[in-house]
Amino acid sequence: MARKIESLVFHADYEKIISIIEPNSKVLDLGCGTGELLSRLIRIKNVKGRGVEIDENNIIQCIAKGLSVFQGNIDEGLKEYQDQSYDYVILNQTLQVTHKPQFVIKEMLRVGKKAIVSFPNFAYWEIRKQLFFHGTMPKTKTLPFEWYDTPNIKLLTIKDFRKFCKDNGITIMQEIYIGARENTIKLRFLANILSTEGLFVITKTA
Amino acid sequence: MTTNIKFESGSVGLVHTKTFTFANPPNELQLECGKKLGPITVAYETYGNLSQDKDNAILILHALSGDAHAAGYHSANDKKTGWWDNMIGPGKAFDTNKYFIICSNFLGGCKGTTGSISKDPKTGKHYALNFPMITISDMVKVQKKLMDYLEVKSLLSLAGGSMGGMQGLEWIIQYPDFVKSAMIIASTSRLSPQAIAFNEVGRNAIITDPNWQNGDYYGKNVPRHGLAIARMIGHITYLSDLSMHAKFGRRLQDKDTYGYDFSSEFEVESYLHYQGDKFVERFDANTYLYLTKAMDYFDLAAKFGSLNAAFENVSSKILVISFTSDWLFPPYQSKEIVKSLMNNDKDVSYIEINSSYGHDAFLLETEHLTKIVTNFLTNLKV
Repeated sequence: MARKIESLVFHADYEKIISIIEPNSKVLDLGCGTGELLSRLIRIKNVKGRGVEIDENNIIQCIAKGLSVFQGNIDEGLKEYQDQSYDYVILNQTLQVTHKPQFVIKEMLRVGKKAIVSFPNFAYWEIRKQLFFHGTMPKTKTLPFEWYDTPNIKLLTIKDFRKFCKDNGITIMQEIYIGARENTIKLRFLANILSTEGLFVITKTA
Repeated sequence: MTTNIKFESGSVGLVHTKTFTFANPPNELQLECGKKLGPITVAYETYGNLSQDKDNAILILHALSGDAHAAGYHSANDKKTGWWDNMIGPGKAFDTNKYFIICSNFLGGCKGTTGSISKDPKTGKHYALNFPMITISDMVKVQKKLMDYLEVKSLLSLAGGSMGGMQGLEWIIQYPDFVKSAMIIASTSRLSPQAIAFNEVGRNAIITDPNWQNGDYYGKNVPRHGLAIARMIGHITYLSDLSMHAKFGRRLQDKDTYGYDFSSEFEVESYLHYQGDKFVERFDANTYLYLTKAMDYFDLAAKFGSLNAAFENVSSKILVISFTSDWLFPPYQSKEIVKSLMNNDKDVSYIEINSSYGHDAFLLETEHLTKIVTNFLTNLKV
């Protein structure tokens, strides 16, 4: 079950995603929560947007905002959606809570011409520090949960995701690093240590 | 009418069913089956007031055994409210302080609107089986005539569960510009073969009742037995395995040990008998035949070539709601509707409510539905 706890998740990535998306495009937001990102995209970029969400209360909040939203479990795939019918399919801070991330990304690239994937980077130095020095499961702003009640089951790093793309015939169009020292990340190899989150724009390798 | 009797707050209070007649010969209504019908009388109720701009009307569409009496009481000592009273009234989901709510008995019904039980003015006798076969689409045409008569210029929304949802789907297809939004609850774009099968068993129970007499039973002994069995079968399909466990278990009615005979012993048996007997008092056997047939014939994909084609010109904002344990109109059928609307780039949302009540959930999950409907309607007003 792909459930994330909206109020606890830190959203530095909204602005980034909004800046990436072309005006007037067609957008599908997977795990759209209460529809905050989708509403902003509609308002700022005039997109034709739709959301998929698993939690009924979140859906009701989306409906109250006037959004089009579908109650579904993204782990079951996107069978209600046609091939290449969206310009962007977004999976924001949700990859690590899916049961079948590989299948989910495959489905995203079937339905969307491009996919935008963001996730907490488990190789962030603060996380390494907590595990190395304290010997406890790390807790940060992007990973705020105790080990026993976390929805995050498939944690990964920026480096992992690059390799995943290479192994699965996926082209990375853009990599964006989010974190406290964002501005200082000039070198690609340092991103994996200095970023709290990775944000990737990907497409199927032609 | 000014009597302010003790009705609880949130109730629309005392209401009356009104009628409207149209399609007087030679202007009979052309039906889908090719025949013509007229005059047609429509029984309806309204709650709340139509706004100055006539833009706050919401049409409620009832299911198989429902009627125009959706809310309130018919008399001061009426014990029973209208069938969707928990959803309609001041401060409720369909807030009569804000909206003008309309509900009518559909064409072919036996609750005041012209149907097989009505008398044919040409012969002075009950139509019985001379009544033409009516369809969901015909019902919607008649409802539109009522809207025109009530001077409703457009519908802010409409809502229908089960067979009412089928009418809702016809509405958004036939009158896309008239309907701003629609809520389709526990419904389908066509019955499954399983659902048709249950309908056929119900019809068979009626027509094999010796009192049925080819439908010519008015003023004589009615086919009580057949109609009661039809209703019992219906009730099984409205519940779920889980809800039956919860409601009855294997408990016996008023005893602790088996009688080793064929009397009705289990609680579930006496519930079904009670429902069957109660139904016979308020419903007509021929009407049951006509209405179940209208449901069986309803198939949007067959009518338009495909479900995608059916929804091509839809312009309403749509909310589709299903219930997890509904095996008569299962969630996958609601998802088919949503999928086709999405393929057509329509504004549609889908909610699958987690409920153990089966198909009946659309009348029972008031708390969920109130929250959903309220939020959906609130956004429309902006």
